Order: sequence, then C-alpha cells, then structure tokens
Amino acid sequence: MSDIPDLECRAVSKSYDDFQAVQDVSFSVPKGTFFSILGPSGCGKTTLLRMIAGFQNPTGGDLLIKGKSVLEVPPNKRPVSMVFQHLALFPMMNIGANVGFGLRQLGVNKTDIKAQVERVLERVGLGGVAERSVSSLSGGQKQRVAIARCMVLEPSVLLLDEPLGALDLKLREHMKVELKKLQSEFNTTFVYITHDQSEALVMSDQIAVMNKGAFEQIGTAKDLYYQPQTAFVAGFVGEANKYTAKVEAAAANGLHLVTRDGVHLRGVDTGDRLGQGDTAQVFVRPEAIRLSRKSADMDQMANTGAGQVESVLFNGANSQLILRDARTGSELNVALPQTAEFRDLTKGDQIHFGWEADQTRCYRQGT
Amino acid sequence: MTSDKSKLGFILLLAPLLIWLITLIVLPHVGMFLVSLREKTGIREYETSFANYAVFFNEPLYWNTFARTAYMSIAATALTLLIGFPVAYYIAKLTRGRTKTTLFLMCLIPFWVSELVRTFGWMILLRETGVLSSFLQYLGVVSGPVEFLYNDAAIMTGLVYTSMLFMVVPLVTTLDSLDDSLIEAGYDLGGTNWSILREIIIPHAMPGIVSGCIVVFMLSLGNYLTPILLGGKDSLWFTGLIYNQFITRFNWELGSAFGFLLLGLSSLIVFLALKLSGQSLGKTMGR
Ligand SMILES: Nc1ncnc2c1ncn2[C@@H]1O[C@H](COP(=O)(O)OP(=O)(O)OP(=O)(O)O)[C@@H](O)[C@H]1O
Ligand SMILES: [Mg+2]
Repeated sequence: MSDIPDLECRAVSKSYDDFQAVQDVSFSVPKGTFFSILGPSGCGKTTLLRMIAGFQNPTGGDLLIKGKSVLEVPPNKRPVSMVFQHLALFPMMNIGANVGFGLRQLGVNKTDIKAQVERVLERVGLGGVAERSVSSLSGGQKQRVAIARCMVLEPSVLLLDEPLGALDLKLREHMKVELKKLQSEFNTTFVYITHDQSEALVMSDQIAVMNKGAFEQIGTAKDLYYQPQTAFVAGFVGEANKYTAKVEAAAANGLHLVTRDGVHLRGVDTGDRLGQGDTAQVFVRPEAIRLSRKSADMDQMANTGAGQVESVLFNGANSQLILRDARTGSELNVALPQTAEFRDLTKGDQIHFGWEADQTRCYRQGT
Repeated sequence: MTSDKSKLGFILLLAPLLIWLITLIVLPHVGMFLVSLREKTGIREYETSFANYAVFFNEPLYWNTFARTAYMSIAATALTLLIGFPVAYYIAKLTRGRTKTTLFLMCLIPFWVSELVRTFGWMILLRETGVLSSFLQYLGVVSGPVEFLYNDAAIMTGLVYTSMLFMVVPLVTTLDSLDDSLIEAGYDLGGTNWSILREIIIPHAMPGIVSGCIVVFMLSLGNYLTPILLGGKDSLWFTGLIYNQFITRFNWELGSAFGFLLLGLSSLIVFLALKLSGQSLGKTMGR
C-alpha cells in the first residue's frame, strides 16, 4: 500500500493555441513528502498546479492521486486542496465559517463542524479566533487560516501556489519554518510552488527545478546544489560564477578549457561527454573559491588567479567579495571566509584566489 | 485663516447640490404637503384637515390600486433581478475585453431612444395587428388575431425591459470586483454551483443587488408611461390616479395626498426590504 505515491504525473502536457506551457512533466510524490517546484516566473508552475487541482485540463498525459487517475474528476470532487497565491479567504464569512466551508459542503452537522474547526485552528496556533472577521487577522495569521481551511478536509495532497509571495521579507522567513513544521505535524503531502530558491531549499524533501515548461532535475536540496545536472540548474540554484569556454583537451581525470579571454580552466565533466572543441558552460560556486594574500598558497590549486577587491558586500556570515580578475577584467563573486585574516579587506586590495578542478562544473553549451 | 478659506470652498462646492435639493425636492414637497392638508369646504374656502387622506382609505378602488401598484412593482423588481443576474454574471465573469464592452453597450442601446418611443415599440410588437400576433397566425399556432396588449403581463414586460439596465450596471460592477480565485477556492473546497452562488457570489454581490433593486423598484413604482400605454385603461397604476387628480379633476388637494402616500409607501417598502435582507443603506452605498 505504502508504495503507491500520493500524487503521480505521467508526461503531463499543456499547450495553449501556439504555446506549450507545460511539456511532458513526470514525477511522483510519496506520502508525507514536502515537494517543491522551483522555477523562474512564467515557466508554467501555476499551470501545472492548476491542472493538478483540476481547474485546467492537460492536453496530454495522466494525473494520478493515490494510484487513481483523476482526469475525469471535477475540482470539487478531487481529494486535493489548494492554498491560493493571495489566499482567497472568503471576506464575506468569519474565520470559523471560512474554515468550515468544506465541511458544510460535505453535509457534516453543525456541532461537529464547530468542534473540528476549533481543533484545526488550534493546531495552526489560532485557537479562539473563529468568530473574528478575516480582515482582523495579520498576514501570517491569514496564511495559517488558509492552510487550516484546507487541512480540515484532510486532503491527500495540499497544493500551495507561492503562498508566501504576498508577505514581507521578515514574515516570509518566519513562515518558512512554520510551514515546514505544519507539514510534518499534519503529515500531509505538500506540493509547493515557488520562484524563491531559498524557500524551496529550506523546506523541501524533494525539489523539482522547472524551466520553460519542462522539469530540468528532481532531487533533494543537496543534490541540486552540489550535483546540478544541467547548466540551468547550476545557474538557477544557489549562486555561481559563470564562464563560457572551449574544451582544449578532455581526459579521464578532467577537462582542460580555455575561455574567450584566454584563461585556462580545469574542470570536471558532469555527464555531457564533452569532447575537444566543444563549447562548455562552466560554473564555480562562490564558496568554492579560496583566498590568500600570497600567491604561493595557491600552488596546489588547479585554477588560480589574482585580482583586486572591487567591493565588500558585508552581510554577517553570508558576506561576499566582488573581485576584478587582473587578467580578464571580469568580475568574480567570492564568499568571504569567516576568519580574522580577511576581516580587514577593503576595496582596492590585491588578493590571490584559486579553486579545485572538481568544484568547476562543466556543461555542454545549450544550442 | 486657512480653515475659513477651506470652509468657504466647501460651501461653494456644496452650493449647487443644496440648491438643487432645496428648490427641486424639498420646497415642492413642503408645498405639496401643505396642499394635501387642505380640505375644500366651499368656493375658495379651505380648512386644514386630513380629509384627503381619509378619502383614500374610504375608497377601496384607491387603496386596491395602491396595493396592486406595490406588488406589481415588487414582482417587476424580482423578475428584473432574476433575469439581470445571469446576464450581469455572464458579462462580468465569463467574457473579457472587447466582448465585454460590446455586451455592456448592448444593454445601453435601448436607452438611446426616449421611453415613449421604446414603449411604442412594444405596442407595435404586441398589439392585435402587431408583429407577434401576425407571426403566430403565419405559423398557424392561432387562427385569429390575438391581443397581447392591455394586460398585466404586458405591463410587466415593459417594466422589466425599462429597468433592466439599472439592475445590470450595479450588478456587473460588484461582480467584476469579485476575485475569480474566491470562486475557484469554493470549488476546490468541494462547493457545488449552488452553494458557491449562495455562500460566495450572492453575499459579495449584495450591495449591487440592493442598490439595483431599490432603483428598479422606485422606477417601476413611479413609472407612468409604461403601465398606461401597455396596460391601457384598466392598468390601475397609482401614478395614473395621481395624474387624474391633478390634470383631469383639478383636485390638487387629493392628488397631493396621493403623492405623499406614494412617497410613504415606497420608503416603507424599501425600509422593510433592507431590514429583511439584513442590509443597510450606508453599507450598500459605501461600497
Ligand atoms: N490562457 C493562456 N493562454 C496562453 N498562454 C498562457 C495562458 N495562461 C498562461 N499562459 C502562459 O503560460 C506560461 C506559464 O504560465 P504560469 O502562470 O504557469 O507561469 P508561472 O510559472 O506560474 O509564473 P509566475 O511565477 O510568474 O506565477 C506563461 O508564459 C503564460 O504566458
Ligand atoms: Mg504562478
């Protein structure tokens, strides 16, 4: 029983007249998973979610919930609930009536509704607000009411469409933790859509990266960050310095590349089977780059260089340096090491840098 | 200094409205009320009394007409709402861009001609030798000419037609402001068409419904042309009685009393309807 996933999409596609919004998306979400779909604006996330909820019909593929196809099931009969981007709480009802709406549709009797509503409101930390009006709540509280309104129906899958988008930064940080906590408390499968990678990375068990209507990679946050499989994922998830370079030599132990500016790079092939003469996209994470005031420290590094500090972006533990590479004049983003040694770095200082070949991920240049 | 200036500005801005209210509404009504309290005791001799009002309550024809006007107007309002709501919903929610503008304009078109011409249009359609009658004869449904005019249905048709715009416009405006995602959320939570209509759409549209109904009811109650032309001699519309008293009988005293009774009646019905539906005028107009 337990190996039947709560939600499964098989080659789901959606095309409008002359535009393919979602193409051949396949994935399955096991029970109790927090599954995120991460992608830039306009990549088709909402379209995909609305197909799962039943507001739009796929033009191809199949959707299964708990192993049963739901293509023929109208939205009000599907065992999924959706938290809308702007929450869509009913302003004409008080909070209790909002949360009880789904139960009323099922014909549950009044006293039971009251009890269940109170119980679910307590679980989201809002006991005793049932009589209040929607407008009397703060942004974060509304968020929790919207989740309670869905959870009271005990859906198989809860769909969330950028529910934190409307909140301010501080509250968003707070709600991230809160959402994850709620999910593990209810132990319900969440499918969460966002274009904010930090939301996806922090909360999710599994993340799918979506681009131009198709999935690029599905994996855990760590997979996506450390082993991105495509150039898009490498560039989209986390920060990276990016080069375009020609493969000079391809050997079993790595690649030798040369950028257009003549910089030699040593990197690893990520599975694109790059050969001599191919154009590659090369990604290096800011925290993979080592710094030193002496060039001798960099001798063992596969890739080295020197440059001038262009600016110091101080942000506590996440501080960054922008260096200007002496050879090419291009900018390089480097994480500032948390040691006393570099604390006094200021604009204009000369510094040496270097990184290992296996931190240099190379992908075939997209056609 | 500044407050004096802004006060002056306020008074100046308000002046046209006040002049309009006082000269065209308050003064005539005060005058009418005074006239309605005069009882004619001889030639050019008057006494102050409620005799004119007593006439109304002692003559069954008068208060029957009065009651009939009220319930016909209420029925016309309900019918307009019933027809107007789906139309407004369609315009506001199911169409976009150009189609929406076109449909909206189509609701307006009948109002480019005067009410008189519009009503004559209906007469051409409905009279014994009219379009509808001829068409039915042509189809062989009926053997001889049929008179569709001069009955309650004809009055009702005319009233609903005349009032439709005043129902559709406020409804479209309020329905337009209803966020589509609320309706989707309703379906998502298991709602049926009916429960979403009842619990989400109608409560949201309530201000539009109330203001539309008030306007349509007032228009129907005070309508003179449509009931007289489409209902004929037996239309028994209260405004017709008032007209008779003023113009045919030169009995301004009784006419004024009738006018005041009509004012009282319409206010009372609107008040009761607001109370019954749990709405308030402030809430409706404030939105
Ligand atoms: N009815 C439609 N007809 C044609 N194209 C559409 C229609 N609806 C959406 N699209 C297109 O489909 C693409 C995906 O839209 P979608 O709303 O799913 O994006 P999204 O990933 O949710 O973006 P965002 O993060 O901005 O919400 C967009 O390029 C959009 O222009
Ligand atoms: Mg979207």
